[in-house]
Amino acid sequence: MSVVEVKHLYKTYQLGKMELPVLKDFNMSVQQGEYISIMGPSGSGKSTLLNILGCLDRPTSGEYLLNDREVTTLEDDSLSRIRGAEIGFVFQSYNLIAQLNVIENIEVPMVYQGYTEKASKERAIELAEKVGLGDRIKHKPFELSGGQQQRVAIARALANDPLFILADEPTGNLDSKSGREILDLLNGLHDAGKTMIMITHDKATAECTQKTIHLLDGKIERIDENRGVA
Amino acid sequence: MFFRFSRIIKLGAKSLWLHRLRAILTTMGIIFGVSSVIAMLAIGEGASQEAQARIARLGSTNILIESVKPPESQSSSQNQGNTKAYGLTYKDAQMIRDVIPDVSVVVPIRRINQKAIYRNRSASIEVIGTVPWYTEISPMRLKEGRFLTEIDLHYKSSVCILDEQAADELFIFDDPIGQSIKIKGEYYTVVGVASTIGPIDTQGTGGLEQSSANIYGGVAGNVYICLSTFKSRFGEMKLQFTGGSRSMEKVELEQITIRVKSLEAVEPTRDVLIELLDSTHKHEDYKITVPIELIRQAQEEKRIFSIVLGSIAAISLLVGGIGIMNIMLATVSERTREIGIRRALGAKRTDIIAQFLTETLLLTIAGGLLGIMLGITIPYFVTKFGNMPTVVTTSSLILAFGISAAVGITFGWYPAYRAAHMDPIESLRHE
Repeated sequence: MSVVEVKHLYKTYQLGKMELPVLKDFNMSVQQGEYISIMGPSGSGKSTLLNILGCLDRPTSGEYLLNDREVTTLEDDSLSRIRGAEIGFVFQSYNLIAQLNVIENIEVPMVYQGYTEKASKERAIELAEKVGLGDRIKHKPFELSGGQQQRVAIARALANDPLFILADEPTGNLDSKSGREILDLLNGLHDAGKTMIMITHDKATAECTQKTIHLLDGKIERIDENRGVA
Repeated sequence: MFFRFSRIIKLGAKSLWLHRLRAILTTMGIIFGVSSVIAMLAIGEGASQEAQARIARLGSTNILIESVKPPESQSSSQNQGNTKAYGLTYKDAQMIRDVIPDVSVVVPIRRINQKAIYRNRSASIEVIGTVPWYTEISPMRLKEGRFLTEIDLHYKSSVCILDEQAADELFIFDDPIGQSIKIKGEYYTVVGVASTIGPIDTQGTGGLEQSSANIYGGVAGNVYICLSTFKSRFGEMKLQFTGGSRSMEKVELEQITIRVKSLEAVEPTRDVLIELLDSTHKHEDYKITVPIELIRQAQEEKRIFSIVLGSIAAISLLVGGIGIMNIMLATVSERTREIGIRRALGAKRTDIIAQFLTETLLLTIAGGLLGIMLGITIPYFVTKFGNMPTVVTTSSLILAFGISAAVGITFGWYPAYRAAHMDPIESLRHE
């Protein structure tokens, strides 16, 4: 069963009178449990694709079936629900809320899905322990290293047990050692059965995944199957 | 739904706590706005209640006519030392009773300030000479004994009725009823004790003559005697010393109070009265006061007073509200990234609106409550140190609090709406 199914996706930005096509007839499907990376130089449409896959933006035309449901025509509130419940975001710059501590940051997606305070707190502690931050649950983001912050972000992405994890250059801001640790954590999640889409421009990182989609000028340049790595 | 609600409030309180000073300063605007609304309404209400109570004592279907010394004319000042007669007369009272149709009661009144003595105690009192039906036009109520009767009037009996204030001054242990008090050398048997109505002024400042009498005499209470007795004991002459020279004045009656049959008849009766007195009096040596008109006037004054004070206070609340909006807009733009993150993690637009609106409401409600406390305290000190009556009404508290909550919603809505409608992608990129 495909978790993500994208067909004939077009995205065109309107810059004054000029039209700027970013995605041109993009097709892709991600199966349950798959681990996919998307690579491409800047301007190739990676971010745009990420925004559409993350239900933060709508395509100009084309279909996007998420778990066999068409989402491009849904209204704003339904998209919010999908982002919260079915997609787990991991950003390059972690995007933790500065004034909240580790636990509270992990709780954020659960708050909007109606968890009780007790339930969300318990789950947040459990997740913090899972990513190896069980001893820092009261720390604020600025008291944590980059790698630790990204762990918090990963724990947060797992909070609502999403259909897939959407990671946008998760190791981009990290040194090689903590980058490796984060990658190991993500690989571990895949091993546990999570479907994952990762955007990266680092070849070594991309090779950890099962399949790499190379994007160029809004089109798929080629698809590499990575074997035996990770 | 409830846990969601409490969570939002906790979140709001927490982020306000992060910017304590800013929150406090912002709330100040509301605190002062709300407290000024309450204090100003309390002062206005106090002033008007006092005025209305004073007027109500005069009776709403009553018309008061008082003797007023006419302005000195050239000829009269040359005739120094001569007796000058002015004011209301028994003839006037008789005529009013006989001629004007809607009049139900006519009460002639004389007054004089005297010293009353009982054993070794004395008190400055106002002697009021009147008739048995005085009770019909006065709010005074008998507490003990009886009032004057027709027989007293006819036989010029030496009986009197004390009001409670005078009774307290003169009698410490004894029951006043049946005792005799001495006024200007004559003895009067106390036959009744009545409630104190205080000095009756027809205006806030009081008739000049009356209030000056009060100041000189320091009157402690009223003593009621028969008009006939009054006339024979005190006469109708007054000795006046003005600028070293001496003159005699003759006043038959200080006051005539009329009760008319209905409220509607008050104004026509007043018009007839003016015509009648105008035709019989050479000078305008009388003054007509219509309490019901004063009440209406006082109500109108109160309305204007409330509108003026209310709008000043409302403007200060408006300024407070604008301050809040300003701060909230700044907060929203500072927290753009947080909003983007929350949106990406599943917050609906309504969640974002709820979050920011809650912060604004917490500010304004806290401001409203503190403002109410301050607003109750200010009138207390105004009364204590400014010697002004104030009345804090529940409705003014509700009004002020309601306004502050409304200000919160009104001025909080736009920043919250802006926050909710920011593009999540843009917000996430925001530094």
